[in-house]
Amino acid sequence: MSDLALAAVLLVPALAIPVLALVPAYHLSARINVAATLVTWLASLVLLGARPVPGDFLLVDDFNVYLIVLNTFVGFTTSIFSASYIDHELETGRLTPGYLRFYHAMYQAMMGAMNLALLANNVGLMWVAVEVATVTTVLMVGVYRTAEALEAAWKYFILGSVGISLAFFGTILIYLAAQEVLGEGLPAMAWSRLVTVSGLLDPDLLNLSFVFLLVGYGTKVGLAPLHAWLPDAHAEGPTPISAVLSGLLLNVAMFAVLRFKMVMAGNPGALAPGPLMITMGLTSLLFAALMLYRRRDIKRLFAYSSIEHMGIITFAFGMGGPLANFAGLLHMTMHSLTKSAIFFAVGHIAQVKGTQRLADIRGLGATHPLLAWGFALGVVAIAGLPPMGVFMSEFLVVTSTFAREPLLAVPLTLGLLTAFGALILRLQGVLFGTPTGSTAPVRASYLPMFAHLGLVLLAGLWLPPPVVRWFEHVAALLG
Amino acid sequence: MTDALAFDIAHLLAGGMVLVSFMLLYQDRMNGILNAFTLHALVLAAAVAWQAHIQSAPHLYLTAVIALGFKAIVIPLALRQIVQRLGIHREIEKVVGVGLTMLAGLGLTALAILVVLPVTGGADAVAREDLAFSLAVVLLGLLMMITRRNAVSQIVGFMSLENGLILGATGARGMPLVVEVSVAFSVLIAFIVFGVFLFRIRERFDTVDVQALDRFRGDRG
Repeated sequence: MSDLALAAVLLVPALAIPVLALVPAYHLSARINVAATLVTWLASLVLLGARPVPGDFLLVDDFNVYLIVLNTFVGFTTSIFSASYIDHELETGRLTPGYLRFYHAMYQAMMGAMNLALLANNVGLMWVAVEVATVTTVLMVGVYRTAEALEAAWKYFILGSVGISLAFFGTILIYLAAQEVLGEGLPAMAWSRLVTVSGLLDPDLLNLSFVFLLVGYGTKVGLAPLHAWLPDAHAEGPTPISAVLSGLLLNVAMFAVLRFKMVMAGNPGALAPGPLMITMGLTSLLFAALMLYRRRDIKRLFAYSSIEHMGIITFAFGMGGPLANFAGLLHMTMHSLTKSAIFFAVGHIAQVKGTQRLADIRGLGATHPLLAWGFALGVVAIAGLPPMGVFMSEFLVVTSTFAREPLLAVPLTLGLLTAFGALILRLQGVLFGTPTGSTAPVRASYLPMFAHLGLVLLAGLWLPPPVVRWFEHVAALLG
Repeated sequence: MTDALAFDIAHLLAGGMVLVSFMLLYQDRMNGILNAFTLHALVLAAAVAWQAHIQSAPHLYLTAVIALGFKAIVIPLALRQIVQRLGIHREIEKVVGVGLTMLAGLGLTALAILVVLPVTGGADAVAREDLAFSLAVVLLGLLMMITRRNAVSQIVGFMSLENGLILGATGARGMPLVVEVSVAFSVLIAFIVFGVFLFRIRERFDTVDVQALDRFRGDRG
């Protein structure tokens, strides 16, 4: 049963690719897309209960299983949003039916690649999967074929390939270190074995490889100063892709970094990854928080907010320890749910107003109350106001920092407050004022957006004890 | 054959790749770049084949064949086609002067050797040398990508970088998935080079100069 579920998580997207590439009717293909992601999600739920035996290639453990469930869930809700979103894009002629087939096929390819990256035990396989996910997203960012979209895709491709190449060099180094202990061949690349023998690995090699892996996969996380691709890729691609980029792909890259951090943590001679990650996290947080003020484009605004939150997460894991790790894991989940909900709202807003320019989007509260409510809830949540779940995780990050390193808490709090100010300022502009643009009713899919926000609210008010225990357990694993 | 000779040949071929990477840095014509890249891929194929021989790892011959067939023949031919069709076989611009670029390249090579050699004391000599050279090739490829403005030469820079990675991976004795990774890289390059960018960029701007794209930066205007 569990083996079947594991196979389904990987094979359903793979099988859906050729089907979606061939089906011409877009209503049908949108439904197939939703159905495939639903099946993948259901299969991932099975993995929660029953774990397959780990092999040299694939592994399901306590850490990745929750990310798989989150990944496939957001993939499923985004596919529902995407179905209503592309209707409008076809009507306005921004997408042609041919490109839509390509888009759907790539959507599944990306989901499959991300699932593979999360499930991979072999670090080389994980690298290949992250690379495939990068290529598919590059292609989707460029799908509108406007000058801006091409520039964004090109920049993403160049920076993404550089990052992924450095990560591969790190992978070679970690294999060299492991090969001395585990012998040549596949076992030396299996993460589950690396972790058990990490104390025996050569610390110098390990240090060097971690630097490459952190910078390489860190590029994909969007950490400053290697974040330049992220805002453009978010702003110029289709909005469902912005939602999965922010909500999922950044998490997958973060997961890769954490896997290697766990190997580092087991080696007493190796350098502590904490200070490196804290520096990169804080830099990204402060930089992105300041950048939030000058944004003119609504999707770019939230792309910078993603950099900010990935900075917070990196910072939390850099601090380490049970509490900060717990906060980091929770924040990963909350950010992923909230940010994709915001992009669902932003997608509909941009469609109905016919623009992404913040200055041209005003008075949404008067013209589209329901959409405005969803958007406002999302922004309030991402800004870190109670009672939403993001507040909880940010609060935990801040308190654990105050308890252990009070000096670091100062820039952290400063960054959070700066970002908070910018987001509330922008929210005000969008909701109030003289309405601009079209006031026509919007055919939006509210369900995914409010489902995400409902979960975030629930997490802020009451986290079920099993979930808490389980986060605590994973936080302890992370060291 | 003695071990010393096997090591010397591996060393020579890997060092040859660094040398060709330097040649790539100062080419100022499209044809020159493509010729130098072809040479780069040929040396890579030889280096990988030699590794396959001394490690008795037959699957690495496959990687060598991919390097030879795909990178030394198919890609340069296709790029030549593109360059001809776009009419950009003239001189290409540079961001920094040749002298400065070469100096930076020297610095990066020294850096690569200083970084890799001290920490790989435990690994065998061939792997150490290969790794140091491969990091040098990777860094030189990055340098080329940064200093060039033209989309075709950026792609060539990326491919030379990737050749360096393959060199490093084959040097690590018994590393699994090397063949798969080299296939994945080839697919990546093929996708990017032919499927999408060049033709679309051509279609939209009648140029492959990436600077032309910079005008369209959404948030600056």
